[in-house]
Amino acid sequence: MRRTAPYLLALPGVLWLAVFFVVPIAMTLSVSLQTGNVEQGFQFTWHFANYSDAMSRYHAQFVRSIVYGVIVTGVTFLLAYPMAYWIAFHGGRRKSVYLFLILLPFFVSFVIRTVAWQFILSDNGILLGLLKKLHLLGQGFHVLATSYAVIGGLTYNYLPFMVLPLFVSLERIDPTLVEAANDLYASRVRAFLRVVFPLSIPGVFAGVLLTFVPVVADYVSASILGGTNTTMIGNVIQTLYLTNNDYPLASALSFVLMAVLIAGVLLYARVLGTARVYEVASG
Amino acid sequence: MSSATETARRPARPAPSAAAPRRRRPGRWIAKVLHAYTWLMIFYLAAPILVMIVFGFNDTHSRVNLRWQGFTVKWYGKLFDIPDLSAALRNSLLIALLTTVIATVLGTMVGLSLGRYRFRGMATLDLLMFANIAAPELVLGAALLTLFITVQFQRGFLTILVAHVMFTIAYVAVTVRARLAGFDRTLEEAAQDLGADPWATFRKITLPLIFPGILAGALLSFALSIDDFVITNFNSGQTQTFPIWVFGATRVGVPPQVNVMGTLIFLGGIGLAVGNAIAARRRTLE
Repeated sequence: MRRTAPYLLALPGVLWLAVFFVVPIAMTLSVSLQTGNVEQGFQFTWHFANYSDAMSRYHAQFVRSIVYGVIVTGVTFLLAYPMAYWIAFHGGRRKSVYLFLILLPFFVSFVIRTVAWQFILSDNGILLGLLKKLHLLGQGFHVLATSYAVIGGLTYNYLPFMVLPLFVSLERIDPTLVEAANDLYASRVRAFLRVVFPLSIPGVFAGVLLTFVPVVADYVSASILGGTNTTMIGNVIQTLYLTNNDYPLASALSFVLMAVLIAGVLLYARVLGTARVYEVASG
Repeated sequence: MSSATETARRPARPAPSAAAPRRRRPGRWIAKVLHAYTWLMIFYLAAPILVMIVFGFNDTHSRVNLRWQGFTVKWYGKLFDIPDLSAALRNSLLIALLTTVIATVLGTMVGLSLGRYRFRGMATLDLLMFANIAAPELVLGAALLTLFITVQFQRGFLTILVAHVMFTIAYVAVTVRARLAGFDRTLEEAAQDLGADPWATFRKITLPLIFPGILAGALLSFALSIDDFVITNFNSGQTQTFPIWVFGATRVGVPPQVNVMGTLIFLGGIGLAVGNAIAARRRTLE
């Protein structure tokens, strides 16, 4: 009984994940090597050309997604770190209140949040309209349908995912370590660079992971805030699956995306150990 | 807390008495700037929520809700005037409830298995949970769609439910497992020494101790389910949920009812979270 208990407990959940998570991913790999169309069905033909086809046709969107991912991760990091630092070291008894305020966006559907940004950034909307009336901007100025809008929307949506792990790792730092550094005549900058920042590295890793992966695969921001020049790989995959019904090509693309991202994640996990990533990620 | 951090925490106030002379530290203005910056960021994070709430009170006359026309509460009365939207919201709530029940039961069991035992295959199970959480939604949704297409299963309410349970189990498992981290197993042994059978031990000892973890996992799965767009979009077929409907409406204009529903969901969520936090605080005080 003792021996089998953990297996019996895990069994139903594992079965669910095996059938609806593991098997589907294996199937994606299989479909990515098939040829055919919706009318006549698809056959498995080791059609590796799907991959070269996918990459030659959509490499621009692929590269753009990764570039957006890097930019958004960098910007959210720069925006999040000072805030996480201040809350961790100076938040006092109100730390949990600040964290709650940072989590507020999660209580609103992210489609609605993105729609709200579309509204805020619209050409004659509450922000640009006002600036145009004040003649601070030209009449032709627009943000929507540009990279700035998409990157801005992504930055907004993933900022809390960066703040939380940073906060968790900063909050664990013993303030007396900083005092010790100061007592040993380290300047504030030096104490930060040599003591605080190195100790917050696990949080930086987790934050980067939690931001970069979903941003690269995001397509909601690009759909709502972007235009034809900001299409991301997620938009392509979604269109291929749901509109074009070109399952082999779509599968090949999502498999490449998954492989790239999982390789990155596993590398991170190898560096840190999954337990620590978990720990930091789940607070 | 040391005097240095104390002064830094309340930079605006002078030291209470002359006996404790105020130390001038070069970091005080940095703390002030960071304090202001934190509030600026919180405002940035709240801005679209404010817009959503305010424009739920906009006296607009068309379906398009773009310019401020004056204050009204009429949309709260006409909340269910758009049948498709109401049906979508109903689907969302029903799916979120069912997902919560199924994922909480399955996820708690996985969490117990990972948190209480050491067994062969544990690392693999761990990796499975980690991969499921780390995988981007797009990949999860697209892969599941591939399965449903291959076995030619009609997409709709049921496939959305299956998908939502698939991506929330691991979150519940991780939450419950975290709760088990400091778990004292001797309590269970004591119960069994006193003649409790395994089920009674679980019900009377283990369950009450991990209950906050289960509750947090359940709330998390509800929140994830009701908000999900990407995975749902791949597996919904003709069935619409609230986020799917809103996304579709962006092309023709989002009606104010969406703002009102968003506002109500927001307030409901805040209420639940605050209630949960207060209950947790009360438990720790006892």
